[in-house]
Amino acid sequence: MSHETASAAPRSRRGGTDGWWPLVFLGPLLIGVAVFYFWPILATLINSFTVFGPFGGRTFNGLANFAQLLQDSFIPRAVLNTLIYTVIVLCGIPLAVCIASLLNQKGLRFARLYQVLFFLPAVSMPVAVSLVWRMIFNKEFGLVNWVLSLVGIDGPYWVTAPWWSLLAVSIVGLWSSLPLAIIILGAGLRGIPAELYEAAQLDGAGTVRQFFSVTVPLLTPSIFFLSIITAINGFQLFDLLFAMMGQANPAMADTQSLVYLFYSEAFRQNNQGYASVIALLILAIIGAFTLLQFRLQRRWVHYE
Amino acid sequence: MSETPAPTTARTSARTTAPDRARSRPRARRPRWATHAVLLIGGILMVFPFLWQINMSLSTQAEVTSVPPSWLPATPQWKNYPAVFEQVPFLHQFVNTALVTIARVIGQLLLCTLAGYAFARMRFRGKNLVFALVLSILMVPYQIYLIPQYGVIQNLGLLNTIAGIAAPGVFSAFGTFLMRQHFLSMPASLEEAARLDGANPWQTFWRIMFPLSGPALSAVAILTALASWNDLMWPLVAATYDEKTTLAVGLTSLQGQFTTDYPVMMAASFMAMLPLMILFIVLQRRVVEGLAHSGMKG
Repeated sequence: MSHETASAAPRSRRGGTDGWWPLVFLGPLLIGVAVFYFWPILATLINSFTVFGPFGGRTFNGLANFAQLLQDSFIPRAVLNTLIYTVIVLCGIPLAVCIASLLNQKGLRFARLYQVLFFLPAVSMPVAVSLVWRMIFNKEFGLVNWVLSLVGIDGPYWVTAPWWSLLAVSIVGLWSSLPLAIIILGAGLRGIPAELYEAAQLDGAGTVRQFFSVTVPLLTPSIFFLSIITAINGFQLFDLLFAMMGQANPAMADTQSLVYLFYSEAFRQNNQGYASVIALLILAIIGAFTLLQFRLQRRWVHYE
Repeated sequence: MSETPAPTTARTSARTTAPDRARSRPRARRPRWATHAVLLIGGILMVFPFLWQINMSLSTQAEVTSVPPSWLPATPQWKNYPAVFEQVPFLHQFVNTALVTIARVIGQLLLCTLAGYAFARMRFRGKNLVFALVLSILMVPYQIYLIPQYGVIQNLGLLNTIAGIAAPGVFSAFGTFLMRQHFLSMPASLEEAARLDGANPWQTFWRIMFPLSGPALSAVAILTALASWNDLMWPLVAATYDEKTTLAVGLTSLQGQFTTDYPVMMAASFMAMLPLMILFIVLQRRVVEGLAHSGMKG
């Protein structure tokens, strides 16, 4: 709604405001964001102090949900499982660094083909691949135990024994997070100036030396970024667990992640007040872990 | 031939030009067979689950459960594919998933582009505060939103509807952030010219800036399509009937404890993934570019 004369229009609009236009442009998004994101944050905070009756009533119960959290014996195990899963998935990063540096060599033949092979898991539905992996990890007829049997090992129950199932889910998590890691590191690799490699070569550095003295140090900002998002995604473990193990799995109580515990409290036990407290715990853990990573960053990340 | 640095020199012997090439591309002279071996073996390991899935989907139940494993079906059991449509409401769920995905992609392209443009180019009071608030959504794990979102959808009477499954995902802070970055990178001179010609902000946006946003739009569209098609938790909560839900939820109900028909389950899960796999193979470069942006999304 600007009323400037034609000659003064560009200048005066820059100095002032755009009138009502920003509201027209932002309004639709902001309404949705308010309804589906801002209000829910507030509502979850309120819910965390609330107990939900079995038939829909709700009453304020102070800090009772938080007290329950401290006494809940499932919580420490769920935190531990989530941490173990996250750490195993983080272990994929060094592997991704190696693959990304092979894949991003200049003039590499068949690069597009290799990309398809390595990146396919990134676009495939986690639930669907979980069902396949569940078959591969089957105790009786799965491929993993068949391979183990070839070297004389009687393979475990990969999807129904607590620790083994967590390991199986973590392996699948590592496999499925590898493509995104390679893609993000690839973007970092392309940002390394070619002159550095030429200089290193003039100094007599071989391929291996170049990898450790040029590639890895210059890639640390990307690796740092990647480790943060990998950890955040790791703490969100749900789909793979849900689909690989199934809700009726007897091992679930000992294998469940925090997000799974949240889901089952909120939508199976109908205990939404307590589930809100678990959601806050997830927020706190992710926040603390991210903060820790930013603290440690100064020790190993090189910025130019 | 695989060690030849540039395909154009494939005919002439690579060795005659080697000294020149060594200077311009120092790393290209090293033989690459080891690289190719590692990448090929690693790559095949990465896609092996998909190959095994196809193999199982064409086998009989006896072949799938045989020890030692049977590597190829004696006769391909194509009937496992039509059987999917008889055993589960696959077609319903496929259509639901497609509609939800389309709604989210179109919704985000429109809303995020508009909002991103306003944040990048318009002047208004409280802009930085509003932008920071929108971005703060990305810092919070999804579980914080989930229960109240369910309440909102329930109150709107949208449980078990396409609209209900699609709604929260239409509004994206991340898409807005990406589009804002894109518009910030565009030269201001384009808009100045449009303004001098008397165009209002809508006309400037719609005629000049929107048509120049191809790569950013495709990144947002691809990321939204992937997230929407593959999402499990929200549709699991927002739709409780088999015919009303999406493929991801439908697949989880396929595995009964004792009576699972494995080949049919493999056929269903393969068909559920196929559209995005085709999208990826056809639009490979765009999808990889889009995924490279997705790091921020957490």
